[in-house]
Amino acid sequence: MLSCKEVTRLVSDSMDNSKLTIWQRMQVRLHLLMCSLCSRFRKQAEFLRLAARKHTSANEDSAKGPNLSEDARERIKKVLRSGS
Amino acid sequence: MDPQPAGSAVTAADPDLWVDQHGDYLYRYALARVRETAVAEDLVQETFLAALRGLEGFVGRSTERTWLTSILKRKIIDFFRRKGRNRTTQEAPAKGDAAKSDFDDAGWWRNLPASWGNNPSAALEEREFLKAFQHCLGKMPDRLAAAFTLREMEGLSTEELTQHLETTPGNMGVILHRARLALRRCLETNWFHAKIDEV
Repeated sequence: MLSCKEVTRLVSDSMDNSKLTIWQRMQVRLHLLMCSLCSRFRKQAEFLRLAARKHTSANEDSAKGPNLSEDARERIKKVLRSGS
Repeated sequence: MDPQPAGSAVTAADPDLWVDQHGDYLYRYALARVRETAVAEDLVQETFLAALRGLEGFVGRSTERTWLTSILKRKIIDFFRRKGRNRTTQEAPAKGDAAKSDFDDAGWWRNLPASWGNNPSAALEEREFLKAFQHCLGKMPDRLAAAFTLREMEGLSTEELTQHLETTPGNMGVILHRARLALRRCLETNWFHAKIDEV
């Protein structure tokens, strides 16, 4: 029987498109049915993925997000002028 | 005068306008991934410089912003590629390393993952949560953070990841597994526990 460490590793792998064998899939499924801790890990790992996406899009889309400081803006403009 | 529409051709004469039109967007894009103000500013500057040198490469293939973003993406990957070379955390897991401490020697949970409540997704709407998320990513060992960011934020495939971080697919699996364990542990401590205690 697979340990929780092994199962969470396979769950993690399956999120990265690595194909599990049928045998592995069956073992993982069975383990998740019986083990609420590992099911919890699976849900939370998927949540982390969601959070990562949310984190990037929240920053990009909102005009409320952080902007370049005036200093940085001027510095970059200066560099570009001399670089062109 | 109207600002230059995003799809029009670029002339080398207006880098100022570039910075005003796209600087903030590129900065936010970079900052979400690299998390440090100074680094994000540098990447934006490098992106504009590279764009300036490669002007002929543009002309109408895509919008200006898409084009600049694609340059920035490459800069971000380079940044993490350099950062991810720091292997100390991979070859010799520190004693605080999550994959080690989350399980006992037989591979059973030692630190049981706690429930995050019925609706953890509600946290995603809170700005404070995103700060905690950022904080936790920042606390992770470089190589783990690099792998997680490139995988989950940039959406790189594992093949691309193994190339950029110069490792094997098997090792990449270990690294991403560790990264997820470390990140969930940190968020649990810094966000979900704190929230549950408040109620």
